Amino acid sequence: MADMASLLEKPRLDRDTLAMRAALEMPDGAVVNLGIGIPTLVSQYVPEGRQLLYHSESGVLGYGPMADPGQEDMDLINAGGQFLKWVPGMAFFHSADAFAMMRGGHVDISVLGALQVSEKGDLANWMLPERGIGNIGGAMDLAAGAKRIIVTMEHVDKKGHPKVVRECSYPLTVRGRVSLVVTDIAVLAMTPQGLLLKEVAPGWTADEVQALTEPRLLVAPDLHEITL
Amino acid sequence: MRNKVYSSFDEAVADIPDGAVIMVPGFGPGMPKNLLAALHRQGAKALTIIANAPGTTADQGAIPLLVADGRVRKLISSFTASAHPSRPSAFSELYEAGKIDAELVPQGTLAERIRAGGAGIPAFYTPVAVGTELAQGKEHRVFNGRTYLLEHALTADYALLRAWKADTFGNLVYVGSARNYNPIMAMAARFCIAEVEEPIVEPGGLDPNQVHTSGIFVRRLVRIPPPPEGIWDEPYNMPT
Repeated sequence: MADMASLLEKPRLDRDTLAMRAALEMPDGAVVNLGIGIPTLVSQYVPEGRQLLYHSESGVLGYGPMADPGQEDMDLINAGGQFLKWVPGMAFFHSADAFAMMRGGHVDISVLGALQVSEKGDLANWMLPERGIGNIGGAMDLAAGAKRIIVTMEHVDKKGHPKVVRECSYPLTVRGRVSLVVTDIAVLAMTPQGLLLKEVAPGWTADEVQALTEPRLLVAPDLHEITL
Repeated sequence: MRNKVYSSFDEAVADIPDGAVIMVPGFGPGMPKNLLAALHRQGAKALTIIANAPGTTADQGAIPLLVADGRVRKLISSFTASAHPSRPSAFSELYEAGKIDAELVPQGTLAERIRAGGAGIPAFYTPVAVGTELAQGKEHRVFNGRTYLLEHALTADYALLRAWKADTFGNLVYVGSARNYNPIMAMAARFCIAEVEEPIVEPGGLDPNQVHTSGIFVRRLVRIPPPPEGIWDEPYNMPT
């Protein structure tokens, strides 16, 4: 069994590398919604030759890069409040249509951050219990609506506690819909038998990942290091 | 036809009574900040406000001021808390003290409840929030093997809107992501008042192919004067 304290000191993937790995999951032509934080970085690392159509619940489809400093237009934002560039092919729509696209199964992939993911594919990402009534935004709509849910997150929280857990202790966003978890030390796939460890960060072993994970992991026969 | 064009925001909101249910669009842009400021000056109280992102500071529109003044009885919203727990908002303090009622609604469910309200649909089933604490006490039903919950439509006495362009019939055009909740709130409220960025044109001045909200939904229009008299959006950060 690995020593916990030294494991927490061990180098992990940085946020950009984690986003690069998640970007490999995006097929050409997919309609994709990216959440705030690491998910937003994914758009910068989509492999060459693949074109994605980005959806924002602020009512924009087909957006491109963020606006250049000084060129911000207050009438054109994504759901994270970042200013977007006007690019050819964009379309605007009202909020009910923005969420009908999501709930109606017209968005292929939603990439979300998480506070916790359970071994059953439950996701908690909208609120810390101490936040009172809270801010929910579009979290539940995205998690319940997109065809495929990919979570990107650090493997443990700031105190070193596992974020991949048996049961989420934070308020749930959705039950049983997460299909892939990309963390800074591992790639985990949700399978009917349980969480399958498919890839580890360079220098990490399956045992070490297990030591920082609450539920028992299944290990893929072809387990390998994350390559980009 | 009755004239819909008003010369001042104060005049346009003067008859909104105490106890009114008011819809307010906005998700970053698209918020009627001039009409909200006039409503704040006007003094109506015991209001119910339905707004996706009501904001927590005065630069995000006057809803936080109405809340702080104790003039909002209930807030129906998908963002209620302040962006940072270290900076408690007037809302969170009143809520903790039991002095304001609030309903937290997932953003897409909020949009669909408003859309349904404007379309004459009293309720609908949605998969969103099933299995979460927001599903407690709601009717559940299984369709084709998946569980859904019943959500009820929302309507309002008033909607305050923000449009890019308008004609004197009340036909409206929005710009970019400022459209957000404007078109659906225009349909779900019995009486709509719009603030308009561009000069209000005569009929024929808008391309009818490009009208987003039909004039039948709009009762009053006010052109926003240039700053500093008029309130115009500045770049700012959304709540997270």
